[in-house]
Amino acid sequence: MAANNELPTNRKWEIYPGHTRKWEVFAGRNKFYCDGRLMTAPHSGVFLLTVSLITGTSTLFFVFDCQYLAENVSLAIPFIGCFLFVFTMSTLLRTSLSDPGIIPRATPDEAAYVEKQIEVTNSANSPTYRPPPRTKEVLIKGQTVKLKYCFTCKIFRPPRASHCSLCDNCVERFDHHCPWVGNCVGKRNYRFFYMFIVSLAFLAVYIFSCSVAHLILLTREDMPFMDAVKQSPASVVSAVVCFFSVWSILGLAGFHTYLTTSNQTTNEDIKGSFTGKRGQENFNPYSYGNVCSNCCQILCGPLAPSLIDRRGIVTEDYKAEITENIIIAEPTSDLKPYPVQNGSTQLHLTTEIKEFYRRNNNETTGSNAGSVTHLVSNEAPVGVAPSILKPVDQHYASQPNLSQVHVYSNVTNASNRLINKAQSYSQNINSESKKEEFEVNSNLEDLHLDSILIQDNVNISNIKPIICEESELAAKDKETSLLRANRLRMLQDTTMIESALDLDSIDETSLSLNNREPKVKI
Amino acid sequence: MNNHHSGETEQMAPPQCLKVFIQRDYSEGTVVKFQTRFPQELEGRIERPLFEHTIDRLNEYFQEAEKATCSTYCEGCLACLTAYLIYICKETHYEKVLRKISKFIAEQNERVYQPRGLILTDPSMRGLRVIEISCLDRPPNA
Repeated sequence: MAANNELPTNRKWEIYPGHTRKWEVFAGRNKFYCDGRLMTAPHSGVFLLTVSLITGTSTLFFVFDCQYLAENVSLAIPFIGCFLFVFTMSTLLRTSLSDPGIIPRATPDEAAYVEKQIEVTNSANSPTYRPPPRTKEVLIKGQTVKLKYCFTCKIFRPPRASHCSLCDNCVERFDHHCPWVGNCVGKRNYRFFYMFIVSLAFLAVYIFSCSVAHLILLTREDMPFMDAVKQSPASVVSAVVCFFSVWSILGLAGFHTYLTTSNQTTNEDIKGSFTGKRGQENFNPYSYGNVCSNCCQILCGPLAPSLIDRRGIVTEDYKAEITENIIIAEPTSDLKPYPVQNGSTQLHLTTEIKEFYRRNNNETTGSNAGSVTHLVSNEAPVGVAPSILKPVDQHYASQPNLSQVHVYSNVTNASNRLINKAQSYSQNINSESKKEEFEVNSNLEDLHLDSILIQDNVNISNIKPIICEESELAAKDKETSLLRANRLRMLQDTTMIESALDLDSIDETSLSLNNREPKVKI
Repeated sequence: MNNHHSGETEQMAPPQCLKVFIQRDYSEGTVVKFQTRFPQELEGRIERPLFEHTIDRLNEYFQEAEKATCSTYCEGCLACLTAYLIYICKETHYEKVLRKISKFIAEQNERVYQPRGLILTDPSMRGLRVIEISCLDRPPNA
């Protein structure tokens, strides 16, 4: 444990594998404190603001209001305030300093195994090989759920999990990335987050009413209101702060209460995963049936363990396991690989999407075959084009960055991949213009999968214009999509949960909605 | 706090060998459950009933860990009342079960899998995503 401090921070790997802990070689962007006991997301500026707002306002209350109220009203007032404050701060720190439910990345072996499995399904229908819809469909209690492949973590994301672009991790039962608490909110810390929101709402209402009561009691002692304000300006300050914050907090508490009772996440609610769209009856397969058991299960059920073992010692075996260069059998060698060009840009990508989008839209309106059923019946991963596989594998085989390079190397890596994908994608379009819609759809989704990995802001701004410009869209579709987009924008502005608009939400809400809508109207 | 992984039960398989991965079964939701389908790669290396017994036992353990009983509710409520400070010093129900699972896997390895040239890896070391079975005497591409 003590040996850690002597390590030069940037070269731990090469020297002391026996003394390094696993958090020091962790692949995501999280920050760790206290030798891995505490962890949080990379940018904690807003979190510090939250902490200082809460402590500042509470301190004003305790110093200036409490004494007067304890003497004139009741001794219970400072105690209740104290309890609320401690509870709020404890749940806040718990939320922001614990593991939200990060899913560890696949070891090279596992990733290779997954690749191979996709290969097999592809070679079965090899004559016309398919673009890379890296999704897998599973049936959960009779409801089809699409699992997406995460190119960063090299896994098929479990149901309800999502990749947080800020922390660069897949998080189980991802709710949203909350900058106010400076961490993702996921399976493991949702209950802390919920209790934080609720107790903060109580605290804010409590402080507000106490400060107002203080001012009113002062005016009752035959003191003009202005004199009362002069005598206790701190009460005014805390009352004002509480008055303005309490509305959003109450709203958020109500919203999360609704989510808890219906066992949904913010992510699923924004995407409208369980609303019956496209003519299908959708229901929430994760719900326990009634309000009460949903609440109990989420707030008091067994707490899932942290899966990343951040305080474990890095052994030689562990090191070998995650750095090992794997030799992948190349089942694609008999297929013609696409040539890979250089120098594609984000701009290029955007134009590509637009162009594709028109095409695709034309196609869909032309042949609205019931591809929903096709979607459902397709249990297995539908296959992968070698052109996509190749670059990924290459990264993989020569992948020092899992272990040695700093976490930000992921970004460049991802952008490389993105470029490759953009090209192969355009080539696919050029070479085979007639395709099944589903494949093209998934292909598009794939693109977003990666582009969002780099910068979700850029991506959002890219997509919006596409929706607006698209003139071939039916008016109704356009309206719904704009409505969606507006709603997203509003949520983003009001709650700062822009990162909750992860990969899935974009394609689900703004793009694929338009693509899929026509199919239903048969 | 989170050291249920370490200890004498931790067994690492050598990296260069064939590995078989048993995937999760999501048919009942997000509870941890593994597929009991017998993988082709293990054909002739281990008897089906033995393999199925292991997976079934593991699934039972995970079900026990995730099942909401009265005691787990009480644990959750108590933790909430103490503003979750109790988690600093107390091991959760789930972690206790994970410890049991590690023990079970070590025992299975010793009795069943290692004599057949196989090694089972604790799923909690793989993020409860897969059960990894390594075939020690087979090269990775076989």
